[in-house]
Amino acid sequence: MSTTQPMVCWFEECTREMVPLVGGKCSSLGELINAGIRVPPGFAITTRGYYDFMEQAGIMDDLAGLVGSLKADDLKGLETASSEIRQRIEAASFSLQLEDEIAESYRRLSIRSFMPATAVAVRSSATAEDLPGASFAGQQDTYLWIRGIDAVLEHAKRCMSSLYTARAMAYRIRMGFDHREVGISVGVQKMANSFTAGVMFTLNPSNGDRSSIVIDANFGFGESVVSGEVTPDQFRINKVSLEILQRTVSEKTVCYTVDTKTQTSVASEIPEERRNIQSVTDDELIELARMGKQIEQHYGRPMDIEWAIDKDMPRSGNIFILQARPETVWSEKRSEPVSAKARGKTTMDFILSSMMEGKKVS
Amino acid sequence: MTKSNGKFPKPHAIETLPGTEGWERMYPYQYQFVSDDQERHDYEKNGFWFYDGLHYPEPLYPFDTIWDEAWYLALSQFNTRIFAVPPVYGVDHRIVNGYVYITPVPVKDPAEIEKRIALFMERAGYYYENWNELESNWETKMRATIAALEALQIDPLPDMEELSVVTSGLGESKGYHLLKAYDDLIDLGIRCWQYHFEFLNLGYAAYVTFMDFCQKIFPDIPTQRITQMISGIDVIMYKPDEKLKELAQLAMTSGIDAAVLAGGDFAATTRALGETEAGRAWLQTFEETRYPWFNISTGTGWYHHHKAWNDDLNIPLASIRIYIEKLQQGDSLERPIEAVRAERDRITVEYRALIDNDEDRATFDQLLQTATTVFPYVENHLFYVEHWFHSVFWNKVREVGVIMRDHGLLADVEDIWYLKRGEIKDALWDLVTAWATGVKPRGAFTLPKEIAWRKGVMQKFQEWSPPPAVGIAPEVIQEPFTIVLWGVTNDSLKSWAAIAAVDNLDDIRQFTGFAGSPGSVQGRVRVCRTVEEIGELEEGEILVAPTTSPSWAPVFTKIQACVTDVGGVMSHAAIVCREYGMPAVVGTGMATKILKTGQMVSVNGSTGEIAILQ
Repeated sequence: MSTTQPMVCWFEECTREMVPLVGGKCSSLGELINAGIRVPPGFAITTRGYYDFMEQAGIMDDLAGLVGSLKADDLKGLETASSEIRQRIEAASFSLQLEDEIAESYRRLSIRSFMPATAVAVRSSATAEDLPGASFAGQQDTYLWIRGIDAVLEHAKRCMSSLYTARAMAYRIRMGFDHREVGISVGVQKMANSFTAGVMFTLNPSNGDRSSIVIDANFGFGESVVSGEVTPDQFRINKVSLEILQRTVSEKTVCYTVDTKTQTSVASEIPEERRNIQSVTDDELIELARMGKQIEQHYGRPMDIEWAIDKDMPRSGNIFILQARPETVWSEKRSEPVSAKARGKTTMDFILSSMMEGKKVS
Repeated sequence: MTKSNGKFPKPHAIETLPGTEGWERMYPYQYQFVSDDQERHDYEKNGFWFYDGLHYPEPLYPFDTIWDEAWYLALSQFNTRIFAVPPVYGVDHRIVNGYVYITPVPVKDPAEIEKRIALFMERAGYYYENWNELESNWETKMRATIAALEALQIDPLPDMEELSVVTSGLGESKGYHLLKAYDDLIDLGIRCWQYHFEFLNLGYAAYVTFMDFCQKIFPDIPTQRITQMISGIDVIMYKPDEKLKELAQLAMTSGIDAAVLAGGDFAATTRALGETEAGRAWLQTFEETRYPWFNISTGTGWYHHHKAWNDDLNIPLASIRIYIEKLQQGDSLERPIEAVRAERDRITVEYRALIDNDEDRATFDQLLQTATTVFPYVENHLFYVEHWFHSVFWNKVREVGVIMRDHGLLADVEDIWYLKRGEIKDALWDLVTAWATGVKPRGAFTLPKEIAWRKGVMQKFQEWSPPPAVGIAPEVIQEPFTIVLWGVTNDSLKSWAAIAAVDNLDDIRQFTGFAGSPGSVQGRVRVCRTVEEIGELEEGEILVAPTTSPSWAPVFTKIQACVTDVGGVMSHAAIVCREYGMPAVVGTGMATKILKTGQMVSVNGSTGEIAILQ
């Protein structure tokens, strides 16, 4: 590792090439920002920060002794080693320099978020070498609604220690990776305190039409939409002209908001008079569709997107993309070309075929 | 009224309006729904006849039926006998209480369809392949037909023939000439309509094919987006309005704008302008512009009372004045042609890029190419036929009317429209034989009485609301016109049926038409039944009109949305609104009857929905 690499860096400084330094999660957030997509602001504690911590705390040197000869199938031994290492990680302190850098970034993030000690999500961001096993090892640790620098530091260490779960260690042993050479990055991102949130498909999921964008929305956090707990409002927007072609405003009974005492998201009943109100304005829908179109163009394929409108942020910059992944259902269904159904390839063949088919009216 | 299918009335069950008994004789006999011929009765009963509100927002005058017969013949002959459109013959017509109902006639025998496919491929194929050459040939024929019409002389019957008839040994009388001139007049009209359909069926077929293809790839694509991809920008129908703008511009540069604005009606303005050099020069340009560009109907051109600009020069003058005022305020009159073109190209490129395989992309290019080749005709023929030819034609018929009035066959020239064209021919025989013989024509006693009765019938027809359709709706429609022009689809049938089910139009709070131009606004209604009423329009109102034509062009700089009774996504209102980027809902059927001036409404040109707010 070159010492010129930073221990902390903003998401907007993260690029696709920086996966070894900031992990997959942070690098893809950086990629979105650099493609002009607004995501909630945040920063990464890099793998160099992680190594710095592990070395300064003396844990790195002890690793060989703690896991050295364990076999992948020695579950009991791995469990013991895991709990020892994780305890040491969580009990250790960051170097003063790293702690300063994290604290300064958190302070600036709070200013950018228009909130004193803004609430953040702290989550691990696995690096490339570890990626295939990341989901297997279940180490996508995420801590939501974290406030204050002490809590941020504490949860960052928890994320780092998740690199040493028994399953993650077993996986590395099986794959022949050296534990000391696998790092982890931690993302610290402003929580979207959403007034309204939902999902957006950059095609029509009901018929696969790629010229449509379909947006589902409900008040509060997106989890009520994602989980299918409520029938959300649904909008169909023409991707080419950005006109709203269809709107269905549903009766929405439940939404999720944050309980500031317990720092968790809780379900609450939507008052009678708000249930049948459109949960997102037309202007916001068009702005969202514009973002969806941009994301699709960036990735070159239809996308499935989670979004939120943040009530803490000023109106001109309050629509955020939380996550974007490739749409899979229609994209994997390779249908044969429409042209293949005509009698032949000439214009006359198409005209005749269309005429013979006619238009169904009932 | 009884309903068949729970949806539309039976064609034979529509009752004659009290006091109109015998109305059938005002129209050709084959237009009646019949009960005495069982075979024909069954055919009619099982068909689906929809009201052609697109062309006939009001009942047909007996004479005006000429254009209905003309297209009844022309559309059908090209489908059935010339190009052999495989799955469909022509479009059949009936008249109920003065309103035209039509139905496409399918080819049912599969063997016959197979036979027609081979013919169609060869014949229609020839036209598509040689489109541009044949189309330029068409323009030559059309211009010759119009020139012959303009040159047609309809002379009055003199007390005594000129001496030259004797000295030149002519051997013919003005009586014979009148009969011949009338025959020529009618013949030119029918011929003009033969040409009208020479390209139209195939033009629509190519358009429908492209539309079909787009809708299969993009099930959600709005029709207006498809139209936008193939529409022309430099369309001849815009020319007359361009000419008005040029005249406004010229008035400004000649420094006579104040004189044009100030001068009262056209006659007074002409007198004032005649006093200066610049004014005379401007009048000269105005006069040169009139032919052909003021042969523009203020309506669709389908009715004799759709006045042309040339019939009332106050109409173009009023528009020129609106443009001068705009120029004085420093506004630009330029159509944003570049912006429109760029938007069309952007939309085309974006849709194309969303097609996910090369084969379909190639087909898209190919069908788009064909559609854009055929489309100028689809837009341009209207100027030649419905505007230019018709405007001249109606006035030629009036010349015949003058002669008939002078000989006592009509009380008024405008009464001629209450006679079928065959009845006029008979009356002219009556007239010339009486003139030749030196006696009084019999028609001088019978015709005015019959016409007075017919006026009463027409009045009752006007007050009647025709049901949108009668008979049994089919599952599939294959006739290209039915789809494109009348927009007969599942949705339109549903909304027609819904309106048909309402007894009192005041109960309707929302209704739909075709999404003509995207966008959504709220505003106050201004109902203008004719172009003469556009002076009452206030800035920012929503224009509600039976239909619009280029005469209405100046209002589009004032309004914020437009709603029409009649017209599809290719209608004038839809095209112009797309240009100005304002919402339009067209072909609503009843908007001028449902909406009232001053009401607050919301108009959604993307979905075609209109709602009355208060």
